[in-house]
Amino acid sequence: MDQKGYRRGSFQSGTSDEDMLEIAGASVDSSTEDDDPPLDREMGGFSSYNGRGMNGTSTMMDFLEEPLPGVGTYEDFNTIDWVREKSRDRDRHREITNRSKESTWALLHSVSDAFSGWLLMLLIGLLAGSLAGLIDISAHWMTDLKEGVCLAGFWFNHEHCCWKSNTTFTDRDKCPEWKSWSQLIIGHGEGAFAYILNYFMYVIWALMFSLLAVLLVKGFAPYACGSGIPEIKTILSGFIIRGYLGKWTLVIKTITLVLAVSSGLSLGKEGPLVHVACCCGNILCHLFTKYRKNEAKRREVLSAAAAAGVSVAFGAPIGGVLFSLEEVSYYFPLKTLWRSFFAALVAAFTLRSINPFGNSRLVLFYVEFHMPWHLLELVPFILLGIFGGLWGAFFIRSNIAWCRRRKTTRLGKYPVLEVFVVTAITAVLAFPNEYTRMSTSELISELFNDCGILDSSKLCEYVNDFNSTKGDDLPDRAAGPGVYTAMWQLALALIMKVFITIFTFGMKVPSGLFIPSMAVGAIAGRLLGVAVEQLAFYHHDWAIFSGWCSPGADCITPGLYAMVGAAACLGGVTRMTVSLVVIMFELTGGLEYIVPLMAAAMTSKWVADAIGREGIYDAHIRLNGYPFLEAKEEFSHKTRAMDVMRPRKNDPPLTVITQDGMTVEDVETIVTSTTYSGYPVVVSRVSQRLVGFVLRRDLIISIENARKKQDGIVSTSFICFTDYCPSLPPSSPSVLKLRSILDLSPFTVTDETPMEIVVDIFRKLGLRQCLVTHNGKLLGIITKKDVLKHIAQMANQDPDSILFN
Amino acid sequence: LFPQAHRMFAQSSRNSASPMLLLVLLGCVLCPPAQASKSSEDIRCKCICPPYRNISGHIYNKNVSQKDCNCLHVVEPMPVPGNDVEAYCLLCECKYEERSTTTIKVIIIIYLSVVGALLLYMAFLVLVDPLIRKPDPYTQPLHNEEDSEDTRSLAAAPTLAGARANTVLERVEGAQQRWKRQVQEQRKTVFDRHKMLS
Repeated sequence: MDQKGYRRGSFQSGTSDEDMLEIAGASVDSSTEDDDPPLDREMGGFSSYNGRGMNGTSTMMDFLEEPLPGVGTYEDFNTIDWVREKSRDRDRHREITNRSKESTWALLHSVSDAFSGWLLMLLIGLLAGSLAGLIDISAHWMTDLKEGVCLAGFWFNHEHCCWKSNTTFTDRDKCPEWKSWSQLIIGHGEGAFAYILNYFMYVIWALMFSLLAVLLVKGFAPYACGSGIPEIKTILSGFIIRGYLGKWTLVIKTITLVLAVSSGLSLGKEGPLVHVACCCGNILCHLFTKYRKNEAKRREVLSAAAAAGVSVAFGAPIGGVLFSLEEVSYYFPLKTLWRSFFAALVAAFTLRSINPFGNSRLVLFYVEFHMPWHLLELVPFILLGIFGGLWGAFFIRSNIAWCRRRKTTRLGKYPVLEVFVVTAITAVLAFPNEYTRMSTSELISELFNDCGILDSSKLCEYVNDFNSTKGDDLPDRAAGPGVYTAMWQLALALIMKVFITIFTFGMKVPSGLFIPSMAVGAIAGRLLGVAVEQLAFYHHDWAIFSGWCSPGADCITPGLYAMVGAAACLGGVTRMTVSLVVIMFELTGGLEYIVPLMAAAMTSKWVADAIGREGIYDAHIRLNGYPFLEAKEEFSHKTRAMDVMRPRKNDPPLTVITQDGMTVEDVETIVTSTTYSGYPVVVSRVSQRLVGFVLRRDLIISIENARKKQDGIVSTSFICFTDYCPSLPPSSPSVLKLRSILDLSPFTVTDETPMEIVVDIFRKLGLRQCLVTHNGKLLGIITKKDVLKHIAQMANQDPDSILFN
Repeated sequence: LFPQAHRMFAQSSRNSASPMLLLVLLGCVLCPPAQASKSSEDIRCKCICPPYRNISGHIYNKNVSQKDCNCLHVVEPMPVPGNDVEAYCLLCECKYEERSTTTIKVIIIIYLSVVGALLLYMAFLVLVDPLIRKPDPYTQPLHNEEDSEDTRSLAAAPTLAGARANTVLERVEGAQQRWKRQVQEQRKTVFDRHKMLS
C-alpha cells in the first residue's frame, strides 16, 4: 500500500527487508521516563527528521520548524498512530542514509544505527536470561524453605543440600544436612506431633510469602499483578499503558513472582516471565534513540523480547518465537522473526550458563525418553485431546465469571484478604497429599518420567519380575500397591488443581497459567496411561493388543500420555497451535512424538472452539475492555461505513476546524468544549472539503507554547493551516501557523464502504480514526472505539464494555 | 549535525542512567558465575545402581572428573565378585553433574537483600515518611485516595515553595513525589476502579 509521508509526497523506501506488513516510520516519542508529564519535560535533542528543507517556503516566523517537545506524543491509555510512526522511521532512516555519504562520522553513524537493533537484542537476551536464572534459583530455594532448611548453608535447597552426601536408593531425599522444621524445633521428624508441626510451618511460610507478595505489589507497582500477557497483547497492538513496562514493575514483578510461586499457590511463572522480558526490552530501548523515540519500532523490540521470555521459560527458543508470532504480536514483520530468534537464543544460552538446575538443563521437566508408540494409541490420545478441550472451555468460563465477580462486586475491595484466604485454603489442602505438596514443576517432571529400574518413587512401584529384566528396558508390568496409592492421590490432586486454579488465576499477585494447565493435563494423561498399560498387561490376548503388545514387551509409556495430556490441556486453555507443539517437542528433544502431540492439540482446540470462541487471553482482554481489534471476517448483517460513523442521524454535526479564518479563541473553545481526540480540518464550512486532520493533544501543546513563547499571539490571532497564509492588515495580531502539526494524509473511506473492509483497514494499518466522505465532501468520522463497539453489538455483546479509547 | 548529536547524547545519557544501573546489576549477577572456579565440592559423578539379585539398590557419589565418570571408578566397594562386575555395571547409570555453589549463594543473597531493602523502604514510607514531612495536609500517605483533585493541588503546593529545586535532595524528593503519585494512579486504576487487570 502506498504510504504517503507525513508531510511529503510518497517516496518508496528503497531499503529492503521491509515486507508486506511492515509500516516503518520514525517519530517523536513520548514515554521516555514513565513519570514525567511531557509538558514539563526537557526534550532537547530531538532533531526534526520530518521537516527540514522540504518545508513550506513561507518565510514567516516559522518557529515550528523544530517540533515542540510533546508534539507527536501520546496520552496514557490511547492508541498510537501506526502510520505516522512508521513514516517517521522511514524518514529518519532515509535521512541517515543520505547523510552517510557526507562524512565518515555520518557513515559510522549509519552503520551503528543499523547495528543498534542487533545490539539491543543481545542485551535483551542477556538481561532476560539472567533474570530468569535468578527467578529459577530463588524460587527453587524458597519452595523448599517451606519444608526445612539446610544446615550446611541456608542458601541451599533440598536437592543441593544433599548433593554431597550419600543417599540411599529408596530414600533419596533424606540426608543429615537437611533438617525439616520439626526436626529443627523438636529434634525428631517422626510422629504425629512432628507432622502437625511440619503442617503448621508449611502453612505459615506459604501465608507469609503470599502476603509479602501482595503487599509489595500493592505498595510499589500495582501493574505487576496478573499474568501480563493480555495487557502485552494490547500494548503490542498499539495501546499505551504508561508504567506497565517500567523499572519498578520489573523489579516488583521479579521479586513477587518468586514469592508467589514459592507460596505453593496453583500458578506458574511462564506468563509473568514474558512480562518481565518485555519490561527488560522496554527499559533497554531507552539506550537507543532509534527505539526510544518511535513507538512502532519499540513494539518490534517488544515482540522479540516476548519471544525471549518464553524461550527461557521453557528452554524452547523456536517455540518462543512462534509463541510471540502467534499469541502476542500484532504486526510481525519478517525482520522481527530473525531478531526474535537471536534474542531467544541469547537468552536461552545465558540461562544455560547460569545453570539453575544443574546438569545444564534449562527446564525442570526435560524429558529424555524415546520409546516408540503405536498407531492404536491415537485413540487414548484423542480422548486426552477431548478432555483438554473440555477442561479448557470449563476453565475459561468459570475463571471469567469469577474475575467478573471480582471486578464488579465487593469481593474486589479486599485483594489482600482474598490472597490470604486463597493461599490458606491451598496450603491447608495441599500439604496432606504428597503430590500437591511438591511444587507443580516437580510434579510435572515426575509425571513425565518414564519408569525405569533406577526409579524408586511410589509411581514406579510395579511388581518386578527379575528374571525377565534385560537392561533398562522394562516390560509392561502389573501395578504394585504403590501405584494404586499414587493413582488415587493423583486423582485427588487433579480435582483440587482443577478447582483451585480458577480462583488463583487473576489474583493480585503475578500468576501464570501454563504450569497449572500442564499439571492438570499431565495428571489426567498419566492416569489414563497407567490404566491403558494395566489393560494391556492383564488383557494382552484381546484383539486390539495382541497384534503389537505381546507380554514381556514394553509397549505403553505412561510418561508419553502425561506429556500429551499436558499439551492438550494447555492448548485447550490458550488455543495455541503451532507454538504449543513446537514447545512440547523442544521439551522432549525429538520428533517422534509430533503426531500424538498434534492430534491431541488439534482435537482439544476443536472441542474448545466448539464450546467457546476465545482463548483465555482474549477472554481477559474482552473482560477488561481493552481496545484490541481482532481480525473479524464477516458480520451477520451487512453494514456500511455510514451506519457506524459519527455523527449519527440525530447528533449535532461534525466538529471541524477551518483551514484559516478561525481565531485562537475559537479553537480553544472547541477544544475545551468537546472531548474528541482529533478534529478534521476543512477548506471552509460551506464546502466541507477535507484538508487534513489535527490531533487534540498537538493543538493544545502548540497553542500553549505559542502563547508563551511566540510574540504577538493573543486570543484574536488567526490560526492558519495553509502554506501561504492570507495577508492581513498590519494592525491585526500576528498569525499562528500550525501547518506542521497537521496530518495531510488522513485515511478516508466513502460512506458506502462495507464495514468488513473498514475493519480490515483499521486492523491492517493500525488506524485510530478514519474519515468518511460522501461525493468528496466530509461527512463523518469513524474511530477505533466505534469499530469495537460495532463489533460488540454485532456479536450481541455489551458495547459499553469497551472502556478505553 | 554535531549540536544535534551532542544533544542526543546528552539526552540519552541522562535517560540511560537508570538502565546503566540495571546493566551494572546485570554484570554483578553474571560475573560470579563466569569467574567461579570449579571447587571440589561442585562436581560429582553420581552412579545409581538398581537392586541386583540379593543386593539392594545403592547410590554412589564420587568426586571425579568427567572422563573417569563410569561404573568402574565410582562404585567402590564393588558389591559383586569379579565375573559379575560387567553385568552389574551394565545396569548402573552414571551421570556427571556440576553446579556452582557461588552462583547460588550470590543469587540468593542478592534476592534476599533486595527483598529486605524493599521491605525497609515500605516501612519507611508508611511509618517514617509521614512524620518527617511537613505535618499538615500536604502529606501523601501511601493508601488509596479517592479525591484526585486534592492530591493534584496538594502536589502543586510544595513545588511552588522556594526557588527551582536544584539541589540533589530536592530533585530526589521531586522524583519521589512524582513516583508516589504515579503509584497512586496505578493503584486507583487496578484496585479501585478495576479498569485494568481484573
